[in-house]
Amino acid sequence: MFLRRLLTRIATTLVTLLGVAVIVFAVIRIVPGDPVAMMLPPGATEADIARLNAFYGLDKSIPEQFFIWLGGVVQGDFGTSITTRQPVLGLVLSRLPATLELSVMALVIAVVLGGLVALTGTRLRYTRTEGALDVANGMALSVPDFLWGLVLILLFGVLWPVFTISGRVSPNLVPEFATSFFLFESVLRLRFDLWLDLVQHMLMPALALAIPLAAIIGQLLKQSLKETMHLDYVTLARTKGYSENHVILREALRNAVLPTLTLIGVQFTFLIGGTVIIERLFSYEGLGNMAIDAVINRDLPLIQGIVLLFALLFTLVNLAVDLLYAVLNPRLRHA
Amino acid sequence: MSFLKIRDLSVILRGTNHRLLRGVSLDVGATEVMGLVGESGAGKSMIGKAVLGILPRSARIVGGSIELDGVDLLTLPPRQRRHLIGQKAALIPQDPLTALNPARRIGPQISDRLVDILGWDKARARARAEEILHDVHIPQPDRVLRAYPHELSGGMRQRVLIASAFAAEPRLIVADEPTTALDVTVQKQILKLIFEMQARHGTALLFVTHDLGVVSKICQRLTVLYGGLVMEEAEVGAFFEAPRHAYSRALLAATPRHTDPTADLTPVPEAVIAEARRAVAEADQRWHA
Repeated sequence: MFLRRLLTRIATTLVTLLGVAVIVFAVIRIVPGDPVAMMLPPGATEADIARLNAFYGLDKSIPEQFFIWLGGVVQGDFGTSITTRQPVLGLVLSRLPATLELSVMALVIAVVLGGLVALTGTRLRYTRTEGALDVANGMALSVPDFLWGLVLILLFGVLWPVFTISGRVSPNLVPEFATSFFLFESVLRLRFDLWLDLVQHMLMPALALAIPLAAIIGQLLKQSLKETMHLDYVTLARTKGYSENHVILREALRNAVLPTLTLIGVQFTFLIGGTVIIERLFSYEGLGNMAIDAVINRDLPLIQGIVLLFALLFTLVNLAVDLLYAVLNPRLRHA
Repeated sequence: MSFLKIRDLSVILRGTNHRLLRGVSLDVGATEVMGLVGESGAGKSMIGKAVLGILPRSARIVGGSIELDGVDLLTLPPRQRRHLIGQKAALIPQDPLTALNPARRIGPQISDRLVDILGWDKARARARAEEILHDVHIPQPDRVLRAYPHELSGGMRQRVLIASAFAAEPRLIVADEPTTALDVTVQKQILKLIFEMQARHGTALLFVTHDLGVVSKICQRLTVLYGGLVMEEAEVGAFFEAPRHAYSRALLAATPRHTDPTADLTPVPEAVIAEARRAVAEADQRWHA
């Protein structure tokens, strides 16, 4: 039963990815902008253009190009980047860890912040503190992540420069790492000097990504917590002698988390999308920054590779949410 | 010597002058079964909630006292009040389908109070939970302990809640219309079970119901409420022979009888309601003065 569900899931994922690939492939070839024209110096001859077009396979029809590319992808060959002349797969995988670490860090910050806001708001419901939290939450929610980025740069990079607001790590420390998962590696190796440098770089972009998500989590979780607090089993727990804090944490939280969890899944994919601009803003060497360069340079194979990877990430996040949901909700476990 | 002693309890609707309970006084003896009857909105559930400290936010206690085992709950600081209630009293709730936490297994929901409030060790609390499930005639108690609420029927869940209420050997149990949400076929069994457990443990029981038929069978005394005001308080035997208060007589006449189920029921006459309203108005006048 479980195996069948897993196979269905993989099949739908593949169909989704294929759809994404078709759309991206078509769109970037239809919109104006010719990669070959951008590579050649002014005054190149027609023959030069034709030769380069043929070299990159751009002289064939779009469907033909697509199937050639798809044939490569199936064999693990995502083509060669036009601008860097390196294999797309290698380029993309070298940047993936940076973006993953940033996204996960932002997610953790958002869940912790949003959770604290929701729990505090529930504990102090019907007081002025709840009202103040609601107002702050609304403000955090209505400002998009890139504006938070600019605000943070201004505050903690310029006016009170306590954080480094550019890059992922101090350049002189890069040779210290054996893998591309810098943050993860620094923790595993207990190198807290490296960890501190990384956090100093990553905290601001991660916070910019996290604030709007934290606000959404805080709002929804508080709402469902407050509803749960009126339910009979919560009242029954009160008669047993339990305190307000205990009742919120043990009786209400687990049930109230379920609707929020679905939302976190959806919003996390938006957050990953948000890394594109935030990474640019903070000169953070991740996938998003690479995506912008690829688009500017009309590096068609690279754009395709990055978008496909993003699409894969999104579907994996949704899968993880579904699994977590089943773990938290006993009624779904045997279904 | 009464275990629960309520004196002149007044509860208002928050932010208004409107009283929901109008100076209620009530005694429940240490092993006594007290029926609390009245129409919907008479305030019978409100009394049970006030005793257990679970009044909704919209209701506020503005006067009177609630003594549990000689201690006035309303003068205690919140933490001590909660603790005292958790140790000495328990609730059998109305709706078994919503009164168990869907995300937690049955076992911990029965034994958590024993461990956290009464300070038992976990193994003993678990053994007690299994024993008490056996007492409420649940087959295979060890399996039920590990089950989630959704795996049990409504009747089973009410048995679990009864077990949970009696597990900590409370001295007082408030049963808030415990059979209203159940199938008629299950109602009788559950009632029988509650009184079997009450008799065995010698617990004081405050039984909130609108069913005078049930009261006649199981309660020793009863209190009739109208509009948050006590109309009559009497021994059950004497009450059913000759209720003193006109409202009580009318209420009794409006109750179906098992001996003659086809007999016409008499609705409470207008004059009686008018008199009860007058009593309520007088009580309010005295209170506001």
